[in-house]
Order: sequence, then structure tokens, then C-alpha cells
Amino acid sequence: MNGLIEAGVTHPLDKYLRREMIPHIWCTGCGNGVLLNCFIRALRELNLDMDKIVVVSGIGCIGRISGYVNLDSFHTTHGRPIAFATGVKLANPELQVVVISGDGDLFAIGGNHFIHAARRNMDLLVICANNFNYGMTGGQYGPTTPLTARTMTSPYGNIEHPFNLVHLAWASGAVYVARWTAVHVTRLTESIKKALGKKGFRFIEVITPCPEIYGRYNRMGNALEIMKWLRENSVIQHFTDPSKVDIEIGRKIVVGEFVDKEKPVFTDLIADLKRKVKDRLEAESKRTLTKI
Amino acid sequence: MRRDVLTGEYFTEGDIACAEGAIAAGCRFFAGYPITPSSELAEHMAARLPEVDGVFIQMEDELGSMAAIIGASWTGVKAMTATSGPGFSLMQENIGLAVMTETPCVIVNIMRGGPSTGQPTKSGQQDVMQTRWGSHGDYEIIALCPSSVQEMFDLTIEAFNLSETYRVPVVVLGDEIIGHLTEKLVIPNPEEIQVVERRKPLERGNYSPFSFNPEDVPPMACFGEGFRVYATGLTHDERGKPNMSPETQTKLVKYLCDKIRENTDKIVKYKEFMVDDADLAIVTYGSPVRTALSAVKKGRKEGLKIGLLKLSVLWPFPEKAVKRVSDMVDEILVLEMNYGQILREVERIAGLGRVRFFPKFGEDLHKPSEILKFISRCGK
Repeated sequence: MNGLIEAGVTHPLDKYLRREMIPHIWCTGCGNGVLLNCFIRALRELNLDMDKIVVVSGIGCIGRISGYVNLDSFHTTHGRPIAFATGVKLANPELQVVVISGDGDLFAIGGNHFIHAARRNMDLLVICANNFNYGMTGGQYGPTTPLTARTMTSPYGNIEHPFNLVHLAWASGAVYVARWTAVHVTRLTESIKKALGKKGFRFIEVITPCPEIYGRYNRMGNALEIMKWLRENSVIQHFTDPSKVDIEIGRKIVVGEFVDKEKPVFTDLIADLKRKVKDRLEAESKRTLTKI
Repeated sequence: MRRDVLTGEYFTEGDIACAEGAIAAGCRFFAGYPITPSSELAEHMAARLPEVDGVFIQMEDELGSMAAIIGASWTGVKAMTATSGPGFSLMQENIGLAVMTETPCVIVNIMRGGPSTGQPTKSGQQDVMQTRWGSHGDYEIIALCPSSVQEMFDLTIEAFNLSETYRVPVVVLGDEIIGHLTEKLVIPNPEEIQVVERRKPLERGNYSPFSFNPEDVPPMACFGEGFRVYATGLTHDERGKPNMSPETQTKLVKYLCDKIRENTDKIVKYKEFMVDDADLAIVTYGSPVRTALSAVKKGRKEGLKIGLLKLSVLWPFPEKAVKRVSDMVDEILVLEMNYGQILREVERIAGLGRVRFFPKFGEDLHKPSEILKFISRCGK
């Protein structure tokens, strides 16, 4: 790849990547590269102003994505990207703020921030790379690991019930909820485009293969075999009842769009509040501390 | 008329003076979580920030509050949070992130008695060392310690100014007594208030958001300004790129510490009262300064040669000021509302054996009569 760069060979997506950060740290066959690809393709197809997009990530393999995109970006502490992104969005509502992080980061250590940002209808797009385990730390079970799956901390099979992220996002108040896998490249890209065009709390779950770690412990074969498995074991069923799309071993993964609705957005409500306060102040002649 | 600086004389409480100081300093974002005894500060910000085109948000916890103010600061807005001990513990994680990413922000800790839930409605000064060392890793931080309602206003402005100058989180260490105390506050005219604005980079070309040179804290480009900045909590080079080499780690940690250490003389603030001819100097900070000053005045009338060194900045520790006073007196008496935290620093400077200690464990202050009684026993 470096040889190509030196030879001056360019790619239409080059401007979306920070060249000095490449090569990336992800394993061969990891689904994170697919997600990054779909995300920057969505940006290109929408022709969005790259100076007005902020990508925030947490800790974990996918957390490094903020370094790879050629945008304003921040790699926060573990679990905190949504809270950080909340500060960014409120400080400048003109910015399109996207959180891209993993299942452990967003739903274990950061679960509280997810449900509350969704409840507030904070104007954020949250994309979760769900690889069913903590890959960066060597493959421990997490909040989305299916029952009975093997990981380094569930050597006898996982005995914890996983979250159904679609259901959780729906129940928390998200206005857009979709789930895709790394084989649904076109649909995922279209879904990201659609979500970028909406306001409010939008959530996309992306099932990403982890062939080197989760796949190995669960004897899922090589990267190509896992991609084939995902294609054969997922089914598109738009607007299925979110409570019925749990991910269980031995059952097909239901993908598609599950929620697409409108409700008042937090940043608009803040703008309304400021207008009201301003009108009230203009009606008053003088403001002092004692009047509070 | 200006709605950010409410020039005038008021009879108000410390938490509100702190909030007004923040707004006068240009703070336009507050994220917090309710906690006694700092809730009045959040309540006041909720009422006031929309008046000055600012944003108040009540977050789901203090982890999120701290993360949100770092996000707001990177988006070009001066930002603050306020809490007390238990919430301050939760903020330590992202205080470290603010240190590492050189993020200007202000954290107000209205201290109460601990450990754990402790005494929510009572005063304490038990978070002094947590302020210095609470987040993991090697770092330096700035902490200011007001002892009056006026200082809650003045030192909060100073906190924002230092935070912008050195790109470092700054802690205002109040305590319940000062936070809830009602007394006179004078808010000066806007032109009399010195406010440090954020330095912006001039050109995009070779801009490095970070630095390894303590003499040269870099200007800060923010999100949405076209610089495409990237910041990470990982060890990084001047451009922000993660780099795990021992050389980069050494340069970065030294820089993060030295940009404060080497500027200690510019940062520290203290006041001396009647120390020039004193045999004994009281060293204290925060609300105990008030009763200590009464004790000094009363003691002087009784012929005792005692003086007072009030520390308005605790971190970086004002070593030279303490050394100067300790060289002039025979004995030092440290007063604090904990079981010996600044005591350790004073002993480090003045030497063991010359430093007496009178602790209070929370709730009540050292009464002037108690202080004088303690001093009368010191010499024996």
C-alpha cells in the first residue's frame, strides 16, 4: 500500500482518510474496515462539508476509527464517547456529530450514557460495531455475547443474557434504529446516509466479524467463512417488532430498519428555550442577581 | 446592557458568586449532576446560561458531566462543571483525559466531609490530595482555594484564565461553608475584569495541536474550524498521533508536568498577615482562614506574636511562600478540615518537628478560642 502512495496512486476516498495514521491496527478479516468504508462512502455520496462533521469514539478496536477519518475527531475514555459528543453538539449545534464505538464501550461501561442520550433525543448518530466480545483485550464476554458462546472469560460457555440492542434503542427513545452486518455493504451505506439526513438520536448496529478472536474461540472458520455465514444466517425483515429480534445462536439474525420516526430534538428544544428567555429579558428593563 | 457581567453589590452566597464569576469569565457551557452542597451552583447556571446564549445540561452522572465539558471545550466554548466529593471521585477518569488532551475546563468541588457519602450537608477539606493525585498517571493540575464569597467570584475567573493559558483543567476547591455562606459580593464593571480568551492557531498548514515544550503551550484549534484536529487519551506526538515509544512517553509526561511546574511562580497566589515579626505562623486555606485570621487578631491583642499565611492556590504547591515564612518563624501551625493533607506538603518544605497540626474532621470550623488555646499549649 505504501508503495502505491509513493507512486502517487490515489483513490477517490483518500481525502476521507488521514494517510499518516494508515496502516490501521485492525486484524485481517475484521469487520471494522467494512464499517469505515461504508461510513466514508456515505459521506462522499452525500457530499457533506467535511469541516462540519465530528467523529467521536471510545476505547476498543473500533475506537481507533476516529484517528483514521480525516475529520475533526476525538478518541475518548472507555464508555464516554456519547457524553463527550453531547458536549460537542450542544456547544455547536451546526456540527453533524457521529459516535462510532463498540458493543462493550457503548453498552457495558457506557450504557448509562446511551440510554440517557436516546431519552433526551440528543441529536447524535451512534454507530455500534458489535463483534460480540472485547476484542482488544483478548476476547472476553460482553453485554452482547450470545448465550453459550465461548470467550476467554466464559470458557464453559456464556451464561449471561445479552442485550437486544435494537430493542434497547427503541425503548430508550431513538428516532431511527437499524441493524446490518458487515456483508450488507450497500444497505449499511444507504442506512448511514439516511441516518445522516435525519435529526435526533439515531442508532445503527453493525454486526462485525472478529475472525481472529471471537471467531476462533467459537470455531467459526476464517474471515471469508464468517462473511458467508453472516450472509446465510441473516434475514432482512424491516420494522419487525424490536422485542423479537434478539440475537441467539442457532437463529437467524434479523436485520433491517426497525424505527424511523420524528420527535422534538434536544438541540431544537434548547434553541426554543433560549428564545423564550431572550423575549422575557427584553420585556424587563434591568436584570440583577436579586431578581433570581 | 450586558447580561454576562451583572455589575453591582450583592448579598449572596458562595455557590452563586462562583457561577457569576464563571459567566463573567466567558463560561457558556455547564454540565453537572445534582449533589449537595454544590447544587445551588447548577441551579443558578440553569437559570443564567440561557440568558447569555449559553447551554446548561443536567447529565446522567458525573462521568458524563466531565466528558461533556471536555467535548464542549473542544468545540470552542468555555465550559465548567460543579460537584462535591462523591461526584469528584467519578470525574477523576476524565480529568485525566482533559490533562492528556490539554483541554481547558474548570471543575468546582464544593467539599464536604468524607470518605464515601460522609457528611453531605457539612463542610470538609478532605479532597485536597485527591485533587492533586486523583486521576491515574503522572500529571500536574491547578487548584484554587477561595475563603470568601468575593473570592468565589474572583478565583473562578482566575480559574478560567489559568485554564486557557496553560490548557489544563483547573479545580476551584471550595467547601460547604464558603459555598453556602452569604455575604457581600461586588461584581465590578466588565472592563475591570481581566479575561483570557483562547488562543487560536493562525494557519492550518503546519498546525500541531499539542506540544512537548513547556515554554510554548500551543494555541487550540477547535471542532468545526476546518483544522481537522484529532485528540486521543493515548500517548501521542505533537500532531496527536498515537505513539507508544518510550521517547514520546517521556517527552509528553515531562511536558504535561513541566508546563505547570515551570510556571509555578506565575500561578501561585497567597496572602500573608502579620508574619514579619511572628514567632508562629498559621498556614491554612479555605474557610479556616476566616477563624484563623480572627485568632491572629485576638492573639496579637493578647501579645502573642502570631501571623497567618493564607494559601489561595494549593496546586501547584506554593513552596517558596511556605519556605519564606518558615524561615522567619520558630513554629508553623497547619489548620485544615482533614487529618493532615496540606500538612504533608508544609512538613516537606519546613521540615518535620517544627510543624504543629490542628485538624478538624468535618462540619465545624476551628474556633478562634480553640486555635489560641492550641497555640498556648504549643510552646509547652
